[in-house]
Amino acid sequence: MKNLNKYLLLLPLLLWLLLFLVLPYLFILTQSVFATDDFGKVVYDLNFDSYIKIFTNPLYYQTLIRTFFYAILVALVCIVLSLPLAYFITFKVTKHKSFYYTLIVLPFWMSYIVRAYAWKIILGQEGILNSSLMNMGIIEKPLRFVLYSDFSVLLCLVYIFLPFVCIPIYTSFEQISKSLVEASKDLGANSWVTFKKVIFPLILPGVISGGTLALVLTLGDFLAASLLGGPNTLFISNIVQNLFGTSNDKPLGSAVGVVLLVLVFLLLELSSRYEKKHEIQ
Amino acid sequence: MQKLKNYIISFSAFSVLWFLYFPILIIMWFSFNKESVSSFPIEHYSFDWYVKLFNNESMMQAVRISFFIAISSTIAALLIGIPSAYALHKYNYFGKSVLLKIILLPITLPGIVTGVAMLSFFPMIGIQLSLKAVLIGHTTFLIAIMITQILTRFKKLDPYLEMAAFDLGASPMQAFFKVILPNIKTAIIGAVLLSLVLSMDEIPITFFLISRENTLPIEIYGMMRRGITPEVNAISTIVFLMSSTAIFLSLKFNKEN
Repeated sequence: MKNLNKYLLLLPLLLWLLLFLVLPYLFILTQSVFATDDFGKVVYDLNFDSYIKIFTNPLYYQTLIRTFFYAILVALVCIVLSLPLAYFITFKVTKHKSFYYTLIVLPFWMSYIVRAYAWKIILGQEGILNSSLMNMGIIEKPLRFVLYSDFSVLLCLVYIFLPFVCIPIYTSFEQISKSLVEASKDLGANSWVTFKKVIFPLILPGVISGGTLALVLTLGDFLAASLLGGPNTLFISNIVQNLFGTSNDKPLGSAVGVVLLVLVFLLLELSSRYEKKHEIQ
Repeated sequence: MQKLKNYIISFSAFSVLWFLYFPILIIMWFSFNKESVSSFPIEHYSFDWYVKLFNNESMMQAVRISFFIAISSTIAALLIGIPSAYALHKYNYFGKSVLLKIILLPITLPGIVTGVAMLSFFPMIGIQLSLKAVLIGHTTFLIAIMITQILTRFKKLDPYLEMAAFDLGASPMQAFFKVILPNIKTAIIGAVLLSLVLSMDEIPITFFLISRENTLPIEIYGMMRRGITPEVNAISTIVFLMSSTAIFLSLKFNKEN
């Protein structure tokens, strides 16, 4: 009876996950080794053409490499912006700490689309940035490069993923014991040396896990590029979006998706291994 | 010197906070602009865009659809999530750690891959692209939220609580409904609020599963692709205020124990 309960309680979850999550993932794995006929219909014929195409056609591998570099850039900028904020809340704020913490958690859950839209009205040709600069007489014609460029996409990604990086960094800052910092100062280290030798090694796990999140999220993002990107802005996820949409080549789209999946898995695994190793020490 | 350093740190921290919040404030501010061009300075203030918004039938329909999807997928995720979280906390299973990883897949893997995987597979089992498909997609990632939130609370719960109920003669059902459930109530309310917000904002999965009827974020996405419409400022302001309230409450409920 007890054993029956044990499995019965979990049965709906197992069925749901199998049918709506595991099988779909397995299905694109299979679909990625099929082909399409001239009409874009999937033909069940085992081949690895899609994968060969990804690693030989520059459109695919170059976009993948470029997206990866952009993702690293986004992660680094997020880390650089998070450090002073997290440091400030941990060491300088004495009153209303939970208020400040809420300020960094709130944007974490806020609507993606609305936050992306904000940049469109700020950076647009008739947007706030251009009209202000023109009113102040700094520029005569609106700046064109700021919206619909790789720059605006990266700015938007940094803006949206910043809380994802800031929260883990803040959490690891909070775990540092204040006496450790004081001891370092008593022993004659200045603030910079204390930060470099005492604080930074202790917050590194938070930096790594936050950075990895931003990296992974940027790799999987197709919205920012399609909303704020220029005609030549192309991220790897936009290729997946196009292959499942207008280009209608599902096997190739699935293959790119699988490559993306493997990459994300590797990154997350590396990051969690690092954290585990650190925990034991 | 020390003072200067303090100033620099405070200044950079507040600049980052400003960076996080000024775009949101800009949207709210410009939602009251009478003109349709979003340029400085604002000359006349009005509620025109809010009036236009409430008269925009396709937008209002999208709001209704989003509410419908959010509420029904949250209920479905609750029905699956609560018993599963309870079982995962109470019993040991073969492959439990793998199962916990699978549960989290829809929030750890890129949404676009989950989206195209569902898009490819759902028609095979007779689910065409429709709101039904969207509903299933949302429920799948909300289950992850539900189970993690409720499991965290279970871990903090006194393990002898249930045993005490049994010793006092409660049946398993009575113990669950009279002892366990009241103790995880605030965690459930918190998780429900988060789920509603996340479902209302979800794009990557919805994008691939939708047919003709748009959810609110997809409708905004479409409007944004066509150009800037200040109605979006108005709806964004409303979405912000509603979701911030929900998140704020949810954080409060999760802290309570």
